[in-house]
Amino acid sequence: MKPKALVLQAHGSNRDFDVIEALTLAGADATGIPLNELRMNKTLLSDFQLLVVPGGFSYADALGAGKLLALDLASYFTDEISAFVESGKPVIGICNGFQALVKSGILPRETREKRLEISGTTLTFNEQGHFECRWVTLKPTSQNCIWTKGLENIIECPIAHGEGNFQTSSQSLISNLQSLDQIALTYIHPNGSPANGAYPINPNGSTLDIAGICNPQGNVLGLMPHPENHIHRYQHPQWTRGVNRHSGLALFRNGVKYASELI
Amino acid sequence: MSDYKFLVNHKTNDPRNEGYLKGAHALGFHYLRNIIVQDLYFIEGQLSSEELKQLTLKLLSDPVTQTVTWDEMPAPLASRPPEPDTVILEVSLRPGVTDPVAHEIVRAAHELGISGVHRAATGQRFILHFDPSVPVRESVTESVYKLFANPVIQHWKIGSIEPSFPQEVESSGTIEIIPIRNLTDDELLSLSKDRRAALDLAEMQAIQNYFITENRDPSDIEFETIAQTWSEHCVHKTFKAKIEVDKYTGKQVDKYTVDSLIKTYLKSATDKIAAPWVISAFVDNAGIIDFDDEYEISFKAETHNHPSAVEPFGGANTGVGGVIRDILGVSAKPIANTDVLCFGPQNLDPQSLPEGVLHPRRIQSGVVAGVQDYGNKIGIPTVNGAILYDEGYTANPLVFCGCVGIAPKGKHNKNPQVGDRVVILGGRTGRDGLRGATFSSMTMDAQTGEVSGASVQIGDPITEKGLIDVIVRARDLDLYNDITDCGAGGLSSAVGEMASKLGCDVELTNVRLKYPGLAPWEIWLSEAQERMVLAVAPEKISDLQNLCDTFDTELTDIGEFTGNGCLTVRYDGKVVVDMDNEFLHDGIPQRQLRAEIREQRLESSDSAPISNHLISSHLISLLSHPNIASKASTIRIYDHEVQGGTVVKPLTGIQADAPSDAAVIKPIGTKGMKGIVLSNGINPEYGKRDAYKMAWSVMDEAIRNAVAVGADPDRIAVLDNFCWGDPLRPETLGSLVEACRGCHDAALFYGTPFISGKDSLNNEYLGADGLRHAIPPTLLISAIGVVQDVSKSVTMDLKEAGNVVYLVGSNQLSVISDQLVPDVPKETLQVYRALHQAIQNGLVKSCHDLSEGGLAVAAAEMCIGGRLGMSVAPTFLTPSVRTGAVGIFTEVNGCLLVEVTPANASAFENHFANLPHNQIGIVTADPTLKIIDEEIPVEELVHAFNIHPS
Repeated sequence: MKPKALVLQAHGSNRDFDVIEALTLAGADATGIPLNELRMNKTLLSDFQLLVVPGGFSYADALGAGKLLALDLASYFTDEISAFVESGKPVIGICNGFQALVKSGILPRETREKRLEISGTTLTFNEQGHFECRWVTLKPTSQNCIWTKGLENIIECPIAHGEGNFQTSSQSLISNLQSLDQIALTYIHPNGSPANGAYPINPNGSTLDIAGICNPQGNVLGLMPHPENHIHRYQHPQWTRGVNRHSGLALFRNGVKYASELI
Repeated sequence: MSDYKFLVNHKTNDPRNEGYLKGAHALGFHYLRNIIVQDLYFIEGQLSSEELKQLTLKLLSDPVTQTVTWDEMPAPLASRPPEPDTVILEVSLRPGVTDPVAHEIVRAAHELGISGVHRAATGQRFILHFDPSVPVRESVTESVYKLFANPVIQHWKIGSIEPSFPQEVESSGTIEIIPIRNLTDDELLSLSKDRRAALDLAEMQAIQNYFITENRDPSDIEFETIAQTWSEHCVHKTFKAKIEVDKYTGKQVDKYTVDSLIKTYLKSATDKIAAPWVISAFVDNAGIIDFDDEYEISFKAETHNHPSAVEPFGGANTGVGGVIRDILGVSAKPIANTDVLCFGPQNLDPQSLPEGVLHPRRIQSGVVAGVQDYGNKIGIPTVNGAILYDEGYTANPLVFCGCVGIAPKGKHNKNPQVGDRVVILGGRTGRDGLRGATFSSMTMDAQTGEVSGASVQIGDPITEKGLIDVIVRARDLDLYNDITDCGAGGLSSAVGEMASKLGCDVELTNVRLKYPGLAPWEIWLSEAQERMVLAVAPEKISDLQNLCDTFDTELTDIGEFTGNGCLTVRYDGKVVVDMDNEFLHDGIPQRQLRAEIREQRLESSDSAPISNHLISSHLISLLSHPNIASKASTIRIYDHEVQGGTVVKPLTGIQADAPSDAAVIKPIGTKGMKGIVLSNGINPEYGKRDAYKMAWSVMDEAIRNAVAVGADPDRIAVLDNFCWGDPLRPETLGSLVEACRGCHDAALFYGTPFISGKDSLNNEYLGADGLRHAIPPTLLISAIGVVQDVSKSVTMDLKEAGNVVYLVGSNQLSVISDQLVPDVPKETLQVYRALHQAIQNGLVKSCHDLSEGGLAVAAAEMCIGGRLGMSVAPTFLTPSVRTGAVGIFTEVNGCLLVEVTPANASAFENHFANLPHNQIGIVTADPTLKIIDEEIPVEELVHAFNIHPS
């Protein structure tokens, strides 16, 4: 049986159909559910094995990207999402979804009591000061994260964001991420060497070239880039030069495979 | 109730600071040493200190990167007195200007449980550090403030600014009666002018006669309704006019009459071509063509020039929003945006700007930010476009916004029924955009910015995203019988048009307002954004309401379709408009205009010779010319990947920094491998020389670009967008007539139908100097094609050393005079068909068209794309080396460079038997462009192409 994936459609989600297609190709039974519909029927969430908070511009990025969606998650779904996360089911937040997971306190480590409190971690304005759309190369680094575990190949996919600069308020928070193997994806040169902050390989100035992080349990992944936009050969910028890949799909296959084992 | 002011400051450097400083320096304000921008929020309400703390931590700041201070107004926010050489400038939006962030503050505060927040407003503080050697005087800051505030939408103040909430006033419902029946002709004209109606005497007389027959005078709302309905923007009266043409050839005068440019040249071309795959042309909000068994695709391009001149961000922002609604108006889901922008030179001396005109640099940065903001946030990829510079656009920038949609076939209802409800979906109505339709139909003057401030709108893309979510689903559930967008003219146009046959009875007090106090005519005419009007059967209202609730979209029922053929509008039950629809929609007298067409003066003959040793420097300077140089800095801030279908991207090649000829998209959710090609053609330089040939050239350019990536030349449809000066001037109208004739003839030549179009006239500016500033005659042709298999698409970057390069389309790059416009060679369509077949057969590795800068620039761009060299031996050029050097830069029509593997060369040549084709070079691993006797390293080409800081 295919695992059921819920793609949460917030006010301003816009890569919802992109990720539904990716999940479908990866073997899931994916459904987009508008946030207001889920609010009316919160128990619906427990029928699903996988949760996606997709990319977009929820609430037009008013007061900071993902912030008001984070408020919605905290106001309406704290218990349901906590139960989902604690049960070990895979969750992924992409771009705006990542911003919402961080700003609601679900990433890097959920602490129910401290929802929306100062988490010490944020995604802030790109160092260049503006939105940017370009392809990047990612290295799956975490063996703790169920989404990146075992992925040996690099992932190429586009970014499209203005606030993807991962920053923390203290070095100890970074050390924690490192020691718990929570750094899931980093920006690298196409040849595999680390970006070391060099623009545009690291497109936004993120600390340690971080493109994505997971929670300590490894089932919740948040990332700025859009692997859902590299699931077909013809999406790659160099497919007319003979490049034949769809390297974003591997990540979703991993998550969907994990979810299918939970059924 | 108290007013609170919050100041949000970045702990470390705010990346916006540098952008502002760069902009200031580029405009010559070098005495600004440093700029710090901070965000301001104003909240009116009753708040405890705990609530204030919650607000600052949870809503108004990012505690990791920002700090917040706050204070109760009117006490100025505690801050150190400004240091010497420092000025604090505060800016906030004028009351009534759309401010989605303020709206979200109130909503989110309530969600947080802080119910004492009543109203909110936003602003910015700029801390300006001046060079100590320049004394900070009022006069200095006066000129600097323009960088940070546009008085059309913003207040600014040195020191602490007050929040600006709209005044709470009761709606008066006042109706003014306009005595029109006894006015003299002069008085009629001054009435038109006073109310900014842009109607001429014949039109004013028609209104007068109607009300004489009705035996009463019109109400203000009736008069305004007619003015909007009869505006150039809504009714295209120049394009429908009867035009007496005097065409001069030498001393001969040829006289003829054109009865409607649209009918004579544009629609007639489409009718004669009669392409079976055209589903709808010229009748609906957008043109529609066939895509596959399941889907149809729609395409529309609009201009938003005048609003963008006055408020670049808002103008472009709402231009994008407006054209997206055109696509929603044909029940389609928007899947791609295109944007073509024309600006004055970015390095224009600020001192030489006409009064009341924003600097082209500010216009460009505002327009680009506006396009970015709307397109990115609503989630539609911006995949194709162009940016052109010409001094003629300094006071009149052009902003063309295009949108493509996809819809299942047979689901677009366009038949309102008697008894259907008149329903508004989406945003609320405010004073924004009043008289936009007539505003866009007038020549601007130095006062326009001030007087027409109310015409400026700011968009709210997320509200429009809600409209997409609702309408696409409502269409599939068959919940409405008709739909149209609320654009220029607001409800008066949208409802008026939809009810033009049945008639309707609507109640204006049911319209939801952003703030109270609007007069009835303001409600009826408001061009507030993000609204659609639908005809909905009464029994389907509740299903539609549920859908709207799910997507946070407001639904307002304002009346019904009656079937009596009258337009009845009420305010609080009282009839304020009662007009015969026939008069309103057909009563406008046909304009009688005069046009003069004169032969182009051919002043210069030969182009200046270019010595061989100057080829390099000429090529380098062309590549770095603003019109040719890379537009990456703009393209990269548009999301061109969302929806996952961008197969050929705007930038391509091994380093993704070479310019694609066209975009190819494969719409998400469609089966099979079919795709859509989008391209454009535009050439104001040719417009200045010969409008007829210009039309041919830009048609060719659009089609050529589409064919270059793989479009079938027999499956391309186009949109026309004419931006011209004042049509009352016979020579201006003459060139418009010639351009339309060129469109007609070229369309028939290619078999390429027009499916929709738009015109923006009066793009002139009367400067304080008393001189007219008109734009060059500008025709944008936007092409949409269908490809059977996107995996056969071709990009323009060179692929492999050893491959051969052909020039197809011409055997000889003849040198034409700088003052002329090149012809389209007669074999062009056959060449495109042959090329298409070769692409379909997999014989083409790369392909790029010859346009500005001719063969040399095309070859250079292909080298940049592949980071490979090309050895060009133009032996087919005329033997004279001198002519050869000019020839490689010659602009021609119908020509492309094509890369083919040696193994496929003869198969490729077979496709071009009897058609012009010549092997002109070879791809080399050595990254050097060898052309005639010159050798230019590709890295130099890359550098030149990327250097222009656009």
